[in-house]
Amino acid sequence: MFVKKLRNYIVCAAVSLSALWSTSASAEYALNLTKGVTPISREVYDLHMIILYVVTAIGVAVFAVMFWSILHHRKSKGAVAAQFHHSTVAELTWTIIPVLILVVMAIPATKTLIKMEETTSPDMTIKVTGYQWKWKYDYMDEDISFFSSLNEESNKIRKGESETNVMDHENYLLDVDNHVVVPVKKKIRILTTAADVIHAWWVPALGWKRDAIPGFINDNWTYIEEPGIYRGQCAELCGRDHGFMPIVVEAVTEPEYLAWVEKMKTQPVEINPEKLYATHCSTCHQANGQGLPGAFPALAGSPIAIGPAAAHIDIVLNGKPGTAMLAYGPQLSNEELAAIITYERNAWGNDVGDVVTPEDVQAAR
Amino acid sequence: MSDSHGAYFIPEPSKWPIVGTLALFVSFSGGAMMLNGSGPGTVVFGLGMAALIYMFAGWFADVIGESLKGVYSDQVDISFRWGMGWFILSEVMFFAAFFGALYYARVLSVPWLSGEGSGLATNTFLWPDFEASWPLNVMPDTSNFAVFEETIPAFGVPALNTALLLASGVTVTLAHHALKKGHRSSLCWWLAATVALGFIFVGFQAQEYMHAYSDLNLTMNSGIYGSTFFMLTGFHGFHVTMGATMLLVVLVRSMKGHFSAEHHFAFEGVAWYWHFVDVVWLGLFIFVYWI
Amino acid sequence: MSEAVSHEEHHDDHDHKPSGIGRWLFSTNHKDIGTMYLIFSLIMFFIGGAMAMVIRLELFQPGLQYVDPQFFNSMTTVHALVMIFGAVMPAGVGLANWMIPIMIGAPDMALPRMNNMSFWILPFAFTLLLSTFFMEGGAPAGGWTMYPPLVGQLGDGFPFLIFAVHFLGISSIMGAINIIATVFNMRAPGMTFMKLPLFVWTWIITAFLLIASLPVLAGAVTMLLTDKFFGTSFFIAAGGGDPVMFQHIFWFFGHPEVYILILPAFGIVSQILPTFARKPLFGYESMVYATASIAFLSFFVWAHHMFTVGMPLTGELFFMYATMSIAVPTGVKIFNWVATMWRGSMTFETPMLFSIAFVVLFSIGGFTGLMMAITPVDFQYHDTYFIVAHFHYVLVTGAVFALFAAVYFWIPKWTGNMYDESLGKLHFWLSTISVNVLFFPQHFLGLAGMPRRIPDYSIQFAEWNQISSIGGFVFGVSQLILVWVVIKCVRGGEKATDQVWEGAEGLEWTLPSPPPFHSFTVPPQISDASAH
Ligand code: HEA
Ligand code: HEA
Ligand code: HEC
Ligand code: CUA
Ligand SMILES: [Cu+2]
Repeated sequence: MFVKKLRNYIVCAAVSLSALWSTSASAEYALNLTKGVTPISREVYDLHMIILYVVTAIGVAVFAVMFWSILHHRKSKGAVAAQFHHSTVAELTWTIIPVLILVVMAIPATKTLIKMEETTSPDMTIKVTGYQWKWKYDYMDEDISFFSSLNEESNKIRKGESETNVMDHENYLLDVDNHVVVPVKKKIRILTTAADVIHAWWVPALGWKRDAIPGFINDNWTYIEEPGIYRGQCAELCGRDHGFMPIVVEAVTEPEYLAWVEKMKTQPVEINPEKLYATHCSTCHQANGQGLPGAFPALAGSPIAIGPAAAHIDIVLNGKPGTAMLAYGPQLSNEELAAIITYERNAWGNDVGDVVTPEDVQAAR
Repeated sequence: MSDSHGAYFIPEPSKWPIVGTLALFVSFSGGAMMLNGSGPGTVVFGLGMAALIYMFAGWFADVIGESLKGVYSDQVDISFRWGMGWFILSEVMFFAAFFGALYYARVLSVPWLSGEGSGLATNTFLWPDFEASWPLNVMPDTSNFAVFEETIPAFGVPALNTALLLASGVTVTLAHHALKKGHRSSLCWWLAATVALGFIFVGFQAQEYMHAYSDLNLTMNSGIYGSTFFMLTGFHGFHVTMGATMLLVVLVRSMKGHFSAEHHFAFEGVAWYWHFVDVVWLGLFIFVYWI
Repeated sequence: MSEAVSHEEHHDDHDHKPSGIGRWLFSTNHKDIGTMYLIFSLIMFFIGGAMAMVIRLELFQPGLQYVDPQFFNSMTTVHALVMIFGAVMPAGVGLANWMIPIMIGAPDMALPRMNNMSFWILPFAFTLLLSTFFMEGGAPAGGWTMYPPLVGQLGDGFPFLIFAVHFLGISSIMGAINIIATVFNMRAPGMTFMKLPLFVWTWIITAFLLIASLPVLAGAVTMLLTDKFFGTSFFIAAGGGDPVMFQHIFWFFGHPEVYILILPAFGIVSQILPTFARKPLFGYESMVYATASIAFLSFFVWAHHMFTVGMPLTGELFFMYATMSIAVPTGVKIFNWVATMWRGSMTFETPMLFSIAFVVLFSIGGFTGLMMAITPVDFQYHDTYFIVAHFHYVLVTGAVFALFAAVYFWIPKWTGNMYDESLGKLHFWLSTISVNVLFFPQHFLGLAGMPRRIPDYSIQFAEWNQISSIGGFVFGVSQLILVWVVIKCVRGGEKATDQVWEGAEGLEWTLPSPPPFHSFTVPPQISDASAH
């Protein structure tokens, strides 16, 4: 462990030094806002640059005057203090000029904002739901729906369970198991909401982020012009693993998109209890069922997981309001729930030995 | 600025502030333990409250003693006035938070949930059958909430309570006039009437609460309507109780002849407070009960 | 100010101080209470700073190294609460306590016993808050903004967090009331409002902000409490409430709050720049009006913290314009300061250096603030390190630098001894350089897409985080110099004169250094001729 840490330090130091000296490597070494890949994101970028130039110019002017005076009006140079302390003309000037600058700035900003809020007549709609700590995507016109969470490699690295060095994993923390595949050159409406706490869906290349609020739906739109893979992250503190719920949008051409839709629709639903547990439950209760003391209870040996099945089904179906334990009833099918519960009752030394069937789950709903 | 720049009274070091701080600290800790259902919360909270009462009694006894000794110049009196005035403003802002919540719920969030504004997607996908109404008795998802049939109508007990409070505003003013004219017994009678009106108000309010809880199924748990209703009227009722208690203290002091026609800040401070409680009630009556 | 007479010398035999611990516990003396405030705030600055060091250490390189993500979030949350409510606000109140009475010729604060309680609440409130670290479920980890529903997932610490906030609010409101009563009622004869030193002016306005905004916070957290424990549904959509409602109420407090932190700093800088430029403050009146406008406008801009929550377009536009407009009065202040220095006769002692750095670095923070006011662009900036850079520029190189300046400026008056000027300069240069290494790169990180409040990040952010952390460590260590300077100065040093600084003007400089325990028991007479 220590050796690994030390190696990390050395790699980091080397990388940062080389980065400092090679400003040419600006591609991966971003200093500025991304231009993005949509018409809106480019407008946003332009606004950003305008306001940046404006404030830089003001700053340079003000500080120049100040430093000139600091250099020349110092006592050690024999400067004698003037005694003026007021000038209506000057004061009015430096009230009015900033007002004018701001008015000029507000005009393009208003225009862009109005365009961004124009979400009507989309070509397709995707509903994005934030969960602690994964995203769910519902393609409203296609009846496709899936979860997307941090991919396994990143997850292992962050937990210190992998041999790979962080610095060698290119998309560390920016990779997911299931990409959101969308067509290019289509107006896509994106609805955001959440199931537990507030999250925010943000892909910088699209030029905006929007909060996902439990019980409410926000809408937004995008129009991606170039095929490519665009990465983003949850941008609203949502608890322990807020830093670990990335977003990957894969923009493809129309035919490729249709093929993907076809594949998604025909793919059989696979029920693998261990995998289901890993996707939905292990972030909190951990892969080994030990939970995290103080925050998430252990399921191994838990009175509920080895007690009567009814209580177990109940807490998984309905969650426990006011805690992080969510109701999984609305999220997962009876089959999936039955598989997970059965798994929990018979893993990590829990040996109840019973089998919870989809019918049991249905009956408890 | 006051003209009487004699020596301003600076009190000697006093134990009351630190006692008050400790009392609050113990009460808060006990309250938090009670809420967590852990440890000896109730006992700790009780101790804190007892200490708080001890502090108030002791601190005010000191102040009353000093006042009677005549160490409070006009300028000190003015400090008290500024203090009380701004304290009341802070209370106004405290209520403003809850009035803000009421406004927000009625005008923004509830209509939004039913699809108004840009809330269409919210309504269609999340709460398909939800319709906005106020009072909101059918919540977007009723399963965890107490659904009520009806609310407390404005023109019943609340209107009566309005009359009571308005009348008490008049009586306290009459008491003030009497005080300024130096008529002690009429001062006491008017004050006593004010105190009585205040406590009758609280009594009616308590009765309304019981009615709401037991007959109407209208509780704190009745969605946003119940939340705003009980929060606003509850904090108001609490303030009335405090105000009436302070009036009671002032009444006792009036009977003992503590106040002169010129010097009676304690009376005025409490009277201001009483008018503030009165005005808040008018806001409540209009926005919570009536429209 | 020559006409201002101090009567102190005549009766310093009455200068009896209470002794022992009782002097501090039961104090009714504005100077002692001010001193306690200042010491407390320094301690809290180190506690909050130590948490910041944990943050910077964890972010030194990608990968989870030292702390659990939940604990990291607690660090972020409690760091902010401690710094804002424990370090910067109490420091401001401490200065107000020390300086306002002697600046306006008053014998003490208007309500001395209440003054004591305002102070003593603070250590107990922070005991409540910090004790949550030892509770089941840990310390608050939902951000200092305490957004529901996340904040409701906190364990046993939850009610302690809420009550700590209530407690702090009580303290601040009492402090604010006291300041208003003092300034309105205790000015020496002839000390008209338009003769008040600017520090006093900024404090009255700050006190109004406190009284108008803190009770709103108290209301907001009370609703959090009842939502969790008493079945209400203010912030629960299923019951007709809205999580966003909390944000509106919180920021109605929160935005004025940031001006509560910065306005006293403006006041400090407005005292120091004229002193060392040996020239009257330029545009005294417009400074007063600008401060008042900033305070007034601050109540209409709150939703710029929530542009991404999905407000209706009209709301977004309103809050964008309102926020932009605050740049105008703030600009007036900046320009007036520059004009004050213009054609002065400047010297550069440590307080002056910190004040100059304040003007430049605060402006940079203000500029980024203005960038974030542009709603469509804020959709990109929001919740990234760009924001973190913005507010540390206004808070650390703004508020905290002004507080440093104030300490160096007034400590000779407080202790009667001059501080060590070379150590002061060392503190200044180390701090100023390292703080920019610390926070400037965070602009790049934010623009490049690094979200805030994350314990780990993807490798593209590694370099700047490392640089930022190094800056942070150097900045942290530099603060030990401040402590050293203060201790050294308290223990002795070159004796300070009454006026201390050649260009200093105002009542406080007519008193001996240190001032007697009770000053201005008989009010001084202010002549019409004397300037601010
Ligand atoms: C002391 C504290 C302080 C101060 C003074 C300010 C000042 C300002 N702030 Fe800042 N702000 C914070 C503390 C502060 N802020 C904090 C703590 C947060 C984050 C909270 C959180 O989420 O945790 C925040 C967040 C924040 C946001 C939210 C960003 C987001 O989360 O998406 C915004 C958006 O508009 C903003 C804007 C501004 C503006 C416009 C000013 C203006 O007052 C600045 C005005 C000053 C100038 C503009 C410079 C000088 C002017 C001139 C030289 C004149 C000429 C200039 C022009 C005409 C351009 N701030
Ligand atoms: C007045 C307020 C204030 C002040 C002074 C500071 C000071 C500092 N802040 Fe803070 N900060 C906030 C207010 C403030 N901050 C707020 C409001 C947030 C948002 C919280 C949220 O998201 O909810 C925040 C968040 C925040 C973050 C983002 C965390 C995240 O999003 O996850 C970071 C990261 O770098 C940071 C760093 C620092 C550093 C390095 C300092 C330094 O200036 C501190 C320097 C001081 C010291 C270091 C103490 C003195 C020295 C010692 C203790 C000696 C020992 C020294 C060593 C061991 C090196 N702060
Ligand atoms: C976001 C975190 C989180 C996730 C994800 C999660 N849980 Fe939980 N779970 C909790 C918490 C917190 C509790 C404790 C609730 C309480 O306070 O009683 C809990 C409690 C439980 C319990 C009761 C344990 C006991 O002894 O009290 C069971 C069983 C359970 N969860 C099963 C599951 C299953 C099955 C899944 C996945 C389908 C899952 N959990 C996903 C956080 C989570
Ligand atoms: Cu989800 Cu942060
Ligand atoms: Cu703000």
